[in-house]
Amino acid sequence: MRAWLDTLIDALLPLAATLLALLVGAVMLLFLKVNPVVAYKALLVGAFGSTNAIAETLVKATPLLLVGLGICISFQGNVINIGGEGQMIVGAILGTLVGLTLTDWPGWLVITLAMVAGFIGGAIWGGIPGVLKAYFGVNEILSTVMMNAIAVQLMNYLLRGPMIDPAQAAMASKIPQTARLPMDFRLPRLVPTRLHLGALIALILAFLVYIFLWRTVWGYRIRAVGKNPHASRYAGINVKRYVVLALLLSGAFAGLAGVIQVYGVNYRMITDGSSTGFTGGAGFNGIVAALFGNLHPIGTIPASILFGALLVGANKMQRVVQVPSALITALNGLVVVFVVSSEIWRRKRQRRRLSSDQSDAGGGEGEDAPVQESPADEPQPEVQG
Amino acid sequence: MITKLFSSTVILGILASGIRLATPYLYAAIGETFGQRSGVLNLGVEGQMLLGAFAAFYVSWRTGNLWLGLLAAIIVGAVMGLAMAFVTVNLHAEQGISGIGFYLFGLGMSDLLFQKLVGTVKTIQGFPALHIPVLSDIPVLGEVFFSHNILVYGAYALVPIAWFVLNKTTLGLKIRSIGENPQAADSLGISVAAVRYYTIIQGGILSGIAGASLSIGLLNVFQQNMTSGLGFIAVALVYFGAWRPLGVLGGALLFSMVNAFQLWLQVLGVPIPSDLAVMLPYVLTILVLVAAASKVRAPSALAKPFEREA
Amino acid sequence: MKRLPLILSLLVVLALVMSGCNSTSSAPTQAPQAEATQAPQKPFRVAVVMPSSINDLAFSQSMYDALIAVQKAMGGPEAMEFVYSDGMYVVDDAAAAIRDYASQGYDLIIAHGSQYGSSLQEIAPDFPNTSFAWGTTVDTFGMPNVFAYEAASEEGGYVNGVMAAKLSKSDVLGVIGPIETGDAQRYVEGFIAGAQATNPNVKVNVTWTGSFSDVSAAAEAANTHIAAGADVLTGTAQMVVGAIGVAKEKNVLWFGTQADQSSLAPNIVVANQVYHWEVVLTQMIDLIQHGTLGGKAFTINLANGGEVVEYNPQFDLPQDVKDAAETAIQDIKDGKIKIEVTK
Repeated sequence: MRAWLDTLIDALLPLAATLLALLVGAVMLLFLKVNPVVAYKALLVGAFGSTNAIAETLVKATPLLLVGLGICISFQGNVINIGGEGQMIVGAILGTLVGLTLTDWPGWLVITLAMVAGFIGGAIWGGIPGVLKAYFGVNEILSTVMMNAIAVQLMNYLLRGPMIDPAQAAMASKIPQTARLPMDFRLPRLVPTRLHLGALIALILAFLVYIFLWRTVWGYRIRAVGKNPHASRYAGINVKRYVVLALLLSGAFAGLAGVIQVYGVNYRMITDGSSTGFTGGAGFNGIVAALFGNLHPIGTIPASILFGALLVGANKMQRVVQVPSALITALNGLVVVFVVSSEIWRRKRQRRRLSSDQSDAGGGEGEDAPVQESPADEPQPEVQG
Repeated sequence: MITKLFSSTVILGILASGIRLATPYLYAAIGETFGQRSGVLNLGVEGQMLLGAFAAFYVSWRTGNLWLGLLAAIIVGAVMGLAMAFVTVNLHAEQGISGIGFYLFGLGMSDLLFQKLVGTVKTIQGFPALHIPVLSDIPVLGEVFFSHNILVYGAYALVPIAWFVLNKTTLGLKIRSIGENPQAADSLGISVAAVRYYTIIQGGILSGIAGASLSIGLLNVFQQNMTSGLGFIAVALVYFGAWRPLGVLGGALLFSMVNAFQLWLQVLGVPIPSDLAVMLPYVLTILVLVAAASKVRAPSALAKPFEREA
Repeated sequence: MKRLPLILSLLVVLALVMSGCNSTSSAPTQAPQAEATQAPQKPFRVAVVMPSSINDLAFSQSMYDALIAVQKAMGGPEAMEFVYSDGMYVVDDAAAAIRDYASQGYDLIIAHGSQYGSSLQEIAPDFPNTSFAWGTTVDTFGMPNVFAYEAASEEGGYVNGVMAAKLSKSDVLGVIGPIETGDAQRYVEGFIAGAQATNPNVKVNVTWTGSFSDVSAAAEAANTHIAAGADVLTGTAQMVVGAIGVAKEKNVLWFGTQADQSSLAPNIVVANQVYHWEVVLTQMIDLIQHGTLGGKAFTINLANGGEVVEYNPQFDLPQDVKDAAETAIQDIKDGKIKIEVTK
């Protein structure tokens, strides 16, 4: 009972921090001569006010969750992947190619193959920085930042050139987009809104990633390498291989997010010249979602929904009270800073708990971020408490 | 066409462009170098740059005094740094993520203030090219090396200063020891918190100046998201330079010159798709690093919050 | 102390809940608001979704200015009201905005960005009684409630090119574009055609920045053009303000497009091709009010007044250059000059 309450308070902390950030945002709104109550009511209604609003929130949360799952893997392995944007793009490109090529194949098969292709595309784009880090000493922050820029230009090149919609190629407007995918290649909708099967897939994958990280040898080794590469090396783990694996898988999930965005939402690839036009910034926001979720796949689920709600609701707020979209961006930044700052109280509570009863510690949920110290001398993938 | 690439106009053009383009990277990346040497990863550079760029632009535009504008960028950068320091040092927040938060905040806030206080895109008269007697009059070389504005020279002057501070002063020693082993430094009586506050605020200031070097130095305008990823490149260049000011200089110059080179490829009509040309600096930066196969280790305590053992 | 955030947050929730109850009464005080329409005669209601900000001196601003002009022409906010979402560079967010506006019963919803077309194609069939418009393209998807609009940007580009070739002393011109497609590509092709028709010896160098927002890339492209000998520059998309800043400092001439950029550098901006979307908007609104909700594609050009080459009054343009420009404009209007654009 007591533990349950503790977990609840832990879970509520980021929410409280979010509200605190919104309180600061309220001051900003007042400066803009906007009634914050009206504005925030619009935000709430926009995110949760109707079936459609909830569906939109979940649609927004889906790529955040998928990217976030990848981030859980890489950060648990103590590699920082900020290349989610590029990985989403490359995954989407490969996945879209499948749909554009195999036009007369059955829908379910094409969708499946496209997802595999997206997974592979993301894995390649994540795997390259992995190999560069493990075998050539190239820092992954540097390479993933560069790979994002490369992916954007690759996308621009392909969409205005070789992959351009034949209909657009024949017009002067030449919109840089691919042809639209056939109707039966679309991810099925769950309810009569934009909510598509991708959301469910992401949800299932969250559990699979949890099992992977905490119940398989590979997952255990990724975490062990993340916690202490030296100890892992002495324990006979091929550290380089697991660094590559962590980045590769991380990229693969981002690639999957990209392909699901195409098959579930846009039904084609379009570029506005930047990455955010297509990804909606999910490659970055997914990192935030994963950290809100305490780098735990299951925790990332509500975190993605919270962040998705914030993004969707904020756009609605922009429409209702006509505030510049810039305010929304600034507000998102505040929320991130406040939530990440609130972590200290969760950690303090956790430490108090650990010192009060050190008997049955552990359990995936209480795990700390890999950037925290603590040696990796746990012998086995531990049992969930 | 290809032979034209080796004409003196092009080579000198690339040199001049490279020197100019490297300016914002140098300020921001050297600031970040200090931060990382003390164990703090700041991904919010881009946001600090944007706010600095706006502050410099706005104050210069309002007062007509570029130095006041620069001062405004410094103050705004310092305040952003202070906030970042409080969050990461006192609240032990995860550094990478709080950096992304500050980035988003700066991205939105600079645009919001711009829309509310300025309204529409305007140009101002930025720092003029500095005429250095004798040097600027040297044919060819004067044009390439001595025809820039003061903020450009400031960036290059910063490199030896940063090298000196990091390697030859007590402060530098403190910074480096905290980045390697904060526990040991702490036990020797060095205040980890104070030194990190110093490096983070200094990083904020330099990022602010980096922004100002764009808005009142090189471009003379402000526009929403005008840095467009520049701050992230600056962070990447710190890794390229292996946490050494001279290495950062090399990285900034390489990246900028390749960027200038691809512009010349396009200007001369070399038949490669423009997108692939734009890709060049990113690809080459990675390749050079692969070829160099540097084995320099990151500061051990990088991105780790420091907490005294109870 | 440790409970502080929790307590605070509870307070905020409480405040939100309480205020939520009476907020309905305060809502209608907001000016251009969707829900607040109990005016006696129903105004024509327009919603527009735009990728960049309304003050970008380029693509988005051209639409915003046009809506202001239409509103004025129709008799103010009582006759026509409009709301906008700017900064909608995320395609997916734009789609949500379009759907939301549609469900609020706006008469005309403008998706001002070619990247929004795909979303519109999904949404428009769900709202058969709402009229949608998007650009820049001519593709209405064959739907009865979708208008399309585009700009023959090559026409003003041609005129700018004519003037640029006549004004250049070095016979080198520099062009800065975003990505090599669509409206930007048409403008650039028109500019090159105009310049070379005027002076076959003129050399037009073109660079693409690979981005619509990278101001510093545009600036360095301008520097490179100048180093390569260009003394007249032009460019398209919102990132060119960086190039204008450089042109101003280096004192080389500039030709603008999409919106009037003279204010940025009155001494060096020669002329701008300005988009007057109001020409198209007025026709659309008229059609909608008479029961036609779409199915038609519009093009603004010099002949229909949707594109106007506006000379910067503060720039002292030699008469022979202006005459050449006016001749080109007339010839384009009369169809004597046909500009080929890549299809």
